[in-house]
Amino acid sequence: MKIIKIDKKDWAGGLKKSENSYRLMGPVKGGNRLTSEFRVLEKGQVPDLSLSDALLSPKSIVFPQSESMFKYTTDENSDDVNILKRPEKEYPLTAVVGIRPYDAAAFLILKKNFDTKEYRDPYWMDAYESCVFVGLAVNEPSSTDFSASVNSGPFAEAGLDVLLADDGDVFLAKTLTDKGAAWLKAAGWENEADLAHASKRIEEMKAAAEKKIASTISFENIPNKSIMELYNADFWNDAAFSCINCGTCAYLCPTCWCFDIQDENHGKSGSRNKLWDSCMFPLFTLHGSGHNPRDTKTMRVRQRFMHKLKYYPDKYEDGPMCVGCGRCVRFCPVNIDIRKICEQMNSYKAC
Amino acid sequence: MQNPYEPYPIRIDKIIDAVEDKSLKTFKFVFLNPEDEEKFSYTAGQFAELSIAGVGEIPIGIASSPTEKGFVMFTVFKTGKVTSHLHSMKEGDIMGIRGPLGNSYPWDLLYGKNVLIIGGGFAFTTLRSSIVYMLDPKNRSKFNDIHVVYGARSPGMLLYKEELAAWEARDDIHMNITVDATDDPDWKYNTGFVPTITEQKAPSASDDTYAIICGPPIMIKFTQPVLENMGYPHDHIIMSLENRMKCGVGLCGRCGIGKELVCKDGPVFTLADLNKTPREY
Repeated sequence: MKIIKIDKKDWAGGLKKSENSYRLMGPVKGGNRLTSEFRVLEKGQVPDLSLSDALLSPKSIVFPQSESMFKYTTDENSDDVNILKRPEKEYPLTAVVGIRPYDAAAFLILKKNFDTKEYRDPYWMDAYESCVFVGLAVNEPSSTDFSASVNSGPFAEAGLDVLLADDGDVFLAKTLTDKGAAWLKAAGWENEADLAHASKRIEEMKAAAEKKIASTISFENIPNKSIMELYNADFWNDAAFSCINCGTCAYLCPTCWCFDIQDENHGKSGSRNKLWDSCMFPLFTLHGSGHNPRDTKTMRVRQRFMHKLKYYPDKYEDGPMCVGCGRCVRFCPVNIDIRKICEQMNSYKAC
Repeated sequence: MQNPYEPYPIRIDKIIDAVEDKSLKTFKFVFLNPEDEEKFSYTAGQFAELSIAGVGEIPIGIASSPTEKGFVMFTVFKTGKVTSHLHSMKEGDIMGIRGPLGNSYPWDLLYGKNVLIIGGGFAFTTLRSSIVYMLDPKNRSKFNDIHVVYGARSPGMLLYKEELAAWEARDDIHMNITVDATDDPDWKYNTGFVPTITEQKAPSASDDTYAIICGPPIMIKFTQPVLENMGYPHDHIIMSLENRMKCGVGLCGRCGIGKELVCKDGPVFTLADLNKTPREY
């Protein structure tokens, strides 16, 4: 492990230099100026690190909201009629600059779904493996940031290749992997800081940031309760009462992975697309027969929280399917709060 | 690793009207590339995603048996967008298949045991696969008694009628075919609902007897207490579930019931398994 000192005067220049061998992605204002998101940067464009807490999580880098899986023709005169072919797509080496530690941690949760011993999603994997994640540590956690209680935290390193700590006039860049070191080298940043001194400084900043985290959740009792006990708990109707099933929580969530597959046709050619979907929507589970096993919003709200806080941890023997970014808490139009529901689950006792 | 979303190309080799009201058709498919048939090596109880470019995919239980070579067979009920389109396709058309998917009936567990098969309506497809598999000369000695209760609304709605008649004639399988009602004077089998016929004809419970149930929800609802009263423990009652699916390989999150994914952890579960999970199917 090395710590490289990057003078902020050299920031834009180094990024530009790295563009010789990397495509850069980073936080920018969204198209309508109201949102912020991670996008491919124009040559010479500097990511706006004040937007690292981007409204739209960077999961779309690896898992786009819509993506063509196959192209086909339905033209009977073609030799390839009705044969599906994966479209040619480049996966250039990409440095994702300014991603928050919690959002990088989210990719590790998604990976458990998309990279299994039986099946691997090649679209997700190809995109993921082409990325170098250059994280930006959180000095000023938001009031809804509870990342420190769900296996992440303001200076957490899991899932990152480089961790940048913003220390006034300089970034202290902790190299976490060879991939990260290679990107720093490509940017021409090779000024090694004194390791002991810089490590101590990062530890101080980390401790200061963690101290500012005002928001926590506890889930230590949830693993000891059975699925059916929590499923039949008495608070779900109240929890779901105000929900309008808009799906904002799932679309903003960096760990929500559910998707749909649909064919879209233009004349005799078309594309089979993978599209984000959400358990909040009634159509998600509607059978062809008309039967819907989750036909009430209470059932759908329960599904979302049970999946995150009970089913996923039980299935993967992992912590919650949540990285504490706080987006769903901030942007839920009816103020449903995962921290409160987690607390209800954690403290629930069946009578 | 192979792209799990990419279908093997297949040709519709034969289409057969399966029941008198034409709501079900049986499709025999052949693989365009013979090596794909090798890769599509399946076990009775598994399913596949049938894929039609420009329309979509649909998860359907495999009705042919692993012992039948050179084709794969599915019997499909016309109900939604993809199945309706499939019903309008013709022999020779090219489409796709992904699979085999899901677990299967627990054959390792069933070897050496008595097997009671209970089926209703068009949910008899993977059961047909299982019966053909068990009756294969290479396999029959691996099982003890085989009992079948299979019912449909009327004689004309029974699937695979010629095979049913052939199995009736054998002495190594106990067939109990039934219809809800019929005015056919030549009907020589049972009349009555599946739960009733099960109560009358099914073998008594034992450690070595397993029941496999596949049918409409109403049939399952009334058959389960019959088996319980007969003393079948919940881990000896095996069921195959259906849920809305897309990917079929455990990635899209759609078909979850609790922590189990019907497509990958199922579709076959014991009643004991299902007691531990929400019945969201």
